[in-house]
Amino acid sequence: MKCYIGIDLGSTTTKAVVMDAGGEVLGRGITNSRSNYDTASRVAKLEAFISTRFTLFHRALEKVSGLQEAQVDRLLENLERHFRLELFLEQLNDLHQTCAVNADDLRYPGQKDRICAVLDVVFQKLAEKLQKLFGPGVRRKSDFFRDLAGSEYMAVAEEASKTMGVFFETLINIYDKSIIDVENRPPNADMAGKFLRALDRVLREEDLTVDPETIKQAIKDVLDVELEESYVVGTGYGRVRLPFSKDHIRSEILCHGLGAHLMYPNTRTVLDIGGQDTKGIQVDSKGIVVNFQMNDRCAAGCGRYLGYIADEMNLGLHELGPMAMKATKAVRINSTCTVFAGAELRDRLALGEKRENIMAGLHRSIILRAMSIISRSGGVTNEFTFTGGVAKNEAAVTELKKLVRENYGDVKINIDPDSIYTGALGGAEFARRAVEQEA
Amino acid sequence: MGTESIIARCETLFEDIDFQVVREWKAAQQGRKVVGFMPVYVPEEIIHAAGMLPMGILGGGSDLEVIHGDAFYQSYICRIPRSTVELGITGRLDFLDGMLFPSICDVIRNLSGMWKLMQPKVYARYFDVPQNYQDDVGGVYYQEEMQELRRDLAKLAGHEISDEAILGSIGIYNRHRQLVRDLYALRSAEPWKVPSTEAYLLMRAGMLLPVEEHIEMLKGYLAAVELEDKPRRDNCRVIINGSFCEQPPLNLIKSIEMAGCYVVDDDYMLVNRWLMEEVSTEGDPIRNLADAFLHHSADSAAKYCTKKEEVGQYLLDSVKKNSAEGVIFAAPSFCDPALLERPMLADRMTQHNIPHISFKYAENSGQMQPIREQAGTFADSIKLWS
Amino acid sequence: MSADIQTEVIKEASMLKQKEMIARNYDELTSTAESGRKMVSTFVPGNLNELINCFGMLNNLPEINAINNGMRKKSGAMIMDAERAGHSEDVCTYVKADIGMMSKGNIAPNGKPMPAPDMLLLSYTGCFTFMKWFELLRHEYGCETVMLQVPYTGDGVITDNMRQFVVKQLKEEVIPAMERVSGVKFDIDRLRENLARSAKAEDDLVWVLESAKNVRSPIDAYFGGVYYIGPIFTAFRGTEDAVEYYRLLRGEVEKRIEQGLGPITPEGDMDEERYRLVVEGPPNWTSFREFWKMFYDEGAVVVASTYTKVGGVYDLGFRHDPERPLESLAEYCLGCYTNRNLPSRVELLEKYVNEYQADGLLINSIKSCNSFSAGQLLMMQEIEKRTGKPGAFIETDLVDPRYFSAANVKNRLESYFQMINQKRQSTKVA
Repeated sequence: MKCYIGIDLGSTTTKAVVMDAGGEVLGRGITNSRSNYDTASRVAKLEAFISTRFTLFHRALEKVSGLQEAQVDRLLENLERHFRLELFLEQLNDLHQTCAVNADDLRYPGQKDRICAVLDVVFQKLAEKLQKLFGPGVRRKSDFFRDLAGSEYMAVAEEASKTMGVFFETLINIYDKSIIDVENRPPNADMAGKFLRALDRVLREEDLTVDPETIKQAIKDVLDVELEESYVVGTGYGRVRLPFSKDHIRSEILCHGLGAHLMYPNTRTVLDIGGQDTKGIQVDSKGIVVNFQMNDRCAAGCGRYLGYIADEMNLGLHELGPMAMKATKAVRINSTCTVFAGAELRDRLALGEKRENIMAGLHRSIILRAMSIISRSGGVTNEFTFTGGVAKNEAAVTELKKLVRENYGDVKINIDPDSIYTGALGGAEFARRAVEQEA
Repeated sequence: MGTESIIARCETLFEDIDFQVVREWKAAQQGRKVVGFMPVYVPEEIIHAAGMLPMGILGGGSDLEVIHGDAFYQSYICRIPRSTVELGITGRLDFLDGMLFPSICDVIRNLSGMWKLMQPKVYARYFDVPQNYQDDVGGVYYQEEMQELRRDLAKLAGHEISDEAILGSIGIYNRHRQLVRDLYALRSAEPWKVPSTEAYLLMRAGMLLPVEEHIEMLKGYLAAVELEDKPRRDNCRVIINGSFCEQPPLNLIKSIEMAGCYVVDDDYMLVNRWLMEEVSTEGDPIRNLADAFLHHSADSAAKYCTKKEEVGQYLLDSVKKNSAEGVIFAAPSFCDPALLERPMLADRMTQHNIPHISFKYAENSGQMQPIREQAGTFADSIKLWS
Repeated sequence: MSADIQTEVIKEASMLKQKEMIARNYDELTSTAESGRKMVSTFVPGNLNELINCFGMLNNLPEINAINNGMRKKSGAMIMDAERAGHSEDVCTYVKADIGMMSKGNIAPNGKPMPAPDMLLLSYTGCFTFMKWFELLRHEYGCETVMLQVPYTGDGVITDNMRQFVVKQLKEEVIPAMERVSGVKFDIDRLRENLARSAKAEDDLVWVLESAKNVRSPIDAYFGGVYYIGPIFTAFRGTEDAVEYYRLLRGEVEKRIEQGLGPITPEGDMDEERYRLVVEGPPNWTSFREFWKMFYDEGAVVVASTYTKVGGVYDLGFRHDPERPLESLAEYCLGCYTNRNLPSRVELLEKYVNEYQADGLLINSIKSCNSFSAGQLLMMQEIEKRTGKPGAFIETDLVDPRYFSAANVKNRLESYFQMINQKRQSTKVA
């Protein structure tokens, strides 16, 4: 079947959306951008295709008589779990092999066998431990391989190094050298095989009222459908670094505007606060951008500002919003400059202001900047859509709602939990139009 | 009244970014009009003679949240125009009938045109001053500029502005300027009696109050201060230079003093002291104002110095007159006049072995720690070496 | 304005002529010790070249030196030198490049050191920084400095008072100073002759600039435009050389129209004209070529620009007038683009967008130049409102390489072009 793909190469994450010929979204994928946009876009696309398969599985299983909706959901949930495990173990094995190869380095003369023996033990333990992450009902904090394997490797390797007489340092170095290669290597091509092996395990676990063969056939039929990459549009920060031809590149402003329009057709103003920049976009009734403004050269008021503050206060990025929500008042933070804000923050702390209240002030100051950019682009006239990483931050959203009301009255504000895909969605629609409207 | 209650009133005026006191003045009598002006100098006498209230506008201060003002300015432009635009857009200046933008720099100059576009119903004028100090060249030009202003204001007022009226206003402003000079002289002589923040707040009140009322306020303060005893501290004596347009936050002014520096002269709100001698109240008032401007006016970086030797002379004179031990160059970020002039002034001070330091601020600067540290170190070094 | 990058462009007769003129001028400037000629430093806006010429003096323009150093990638180090010497990072980089150039021996593009000026003619026209710039130079050189205050036309009109003030300064301050420095007596007839030549060249310049009204413009009025204004903005206005240059240029442009050619770019004739833009603000000089390429690669032609009016606005009808020599010099100064108030600048831009059938207004906002930059965001809003055409805003600097972020600028330009395109398609469908 024809698939239209939008890929949004952000500074921190890369997103992909797969759309069918009718404009319906089939799948979405996300990965960390790393320093390698080629890999990032390949992985995001792969993830989007995996998610597309699940959408298609769902459609196929819905048609199987005797299967309840809830059963379909559970079945697919388990299928995904096992499928992820397949992928994970494959990658873990790859990591093991790569580490073994890298153990044969001049820096560790004559130690290869000893190191490999340690690695065997380490990876044995890792596989055992990490499999549990894919057990029923377990929530993984991340689906990025590095996040899952990395911290656990450190713990296991440290223990093993003590008992087996290999420097912990050495194990770390080998890991660091290997993980990048592994991350950047695509999984082996046999996706269908992985799905089917996972399905077999699911069917063994499940106690079904329907003949397993019927289900297997339905899944197989879906796997037989070829997902064609009919047209790909790239957008976002890294788009110029992609091997895309000019026709396949759209500005993220246009993609964002269109994406927001597709999600909320009455949107006239879009605010996107991403890692690197803040955009205020005005769109017309068809989603066409009529005006846009971005933050100027200085990155103040962008997502990075929060990242910097988090580092400054020794907190995780996701902890800032909740902390600000506990504030009793907002301390005024005037510096819009990221560097100065850090100094101002220390100044306030030294004066005995509570961290919560300072956090509230910082969130307000970011949103004030964003409000200026919106004002610069022409203000808010109708429905308003807020996207980007900062849209997930409750404290920022609260301030935004307050300020929009104060300045523009009662305006409907849309915030989609999946707003991170807005640009990729617009990109996919551009891809679809490039082909479907030509014809 | 003691100084405390006078200063408390000044503080209330200072903090009120809706300018209630001006609104009340205007509402008290039908037909009253208010003309705003920006730094450094306008001949307030002409506005006053038209029966209007001249109101000094110095930006939004440290507490105004600027949203729309920022939408009009790039990050590399100083803060005062954005907060002033914010005041305008948010209706906080909706009582103004006119607005004057003196020749000080390109940002304020361009703001005059922005005001024309944004507030088409308000009389807005770029008020030019001469950079040529010959009576028959710059003087003639300046007189005609003032006459144009006079004609415009007459139209706005609905009646002519007579010579007598202007001469009368000059007389009142002469008294005012004398009191301001007295206050500065007192602070220079006994700086522990007149803390910088108090002198500053008094000057700020003069930006909003009718001149007659401000005269009474200054008299009251000068009388009260004589009766009060304040402890004398071992501070050094410094002059603040470069703060003639966008204002530092009050906290900064306080911080410098707390760090061990008595401020014995400054260039805040120079309009109150621009004309340094009594202006004649006889003859042609416009000519008198022009004479005073050309030959007896204060200095700021917005003014051209005809000769190389004149650059920094005003500051140097002030250092001598006030027995200052050092100069603090405190300029707003992105302030073209102050920052372009600073290397020349600094050079001049170095030549005369006058210690100096410099830093930048914005009207909403939030961190005082570095300034306290710099000013403190400066004070210590002066005490150590003198 | 610089001979530098031109050598890489296909050479037309006018280009060779300009190159030769500039080279000769620098040779004259750097050989005053031998020739005994006096040198005046002054500014592009309010440049009184015809008058300077009357006294046999040479005209040196520090802005042009800064541009040359910018294009040769030398300005960055000069600016940093000046900053180390105590000049604020916040202020104009022309000034700092100029001061930094001094500290590096004041070497002209021909490799020879520039002499110290004999006179600083501070034409305070449309830019506050000029005033402090020359005070700073006077601080260094200590030479004769004369101030010509050109009042800002705050209400959008030149009043009699302004004109008389400028004329009086010319008579009582500028001319006597020039006589003093040069030892030459002022001859008003010589000035008249110069002014007549200026007007002739100005006619041809206006014709060339207005040729961009052709859809399929034969010129780029910004990136190309900075070369076209070179002679008239600098040391050649009022000379026979300038008359000849503009005659040649006009002939070449006429030919391009006949042949249906687009503008010349550093990579040859431009292909299809896809976007027609009006540009407000000076260009960036340190990455001039890279910046230009972002336009011609996308088929974007600048059909009108305000930067090409900083040294005189001629397309609204002003000409130097030998019948009213000093008055017309005064009006020239008073009418320079940055001496016009914001509403007048908006009107001019509106006129350009309409008369040149532009797709929109692009503002290149320059960190150094508050005279241009303060208020540009409001100007953009006004133009959008009045013309219905979209505006875009980018930020760079004149000669400070630290303030040119290619990725950032390119991103915005691409978004802007795509936006114009998308809008066009949607109106076609509708």
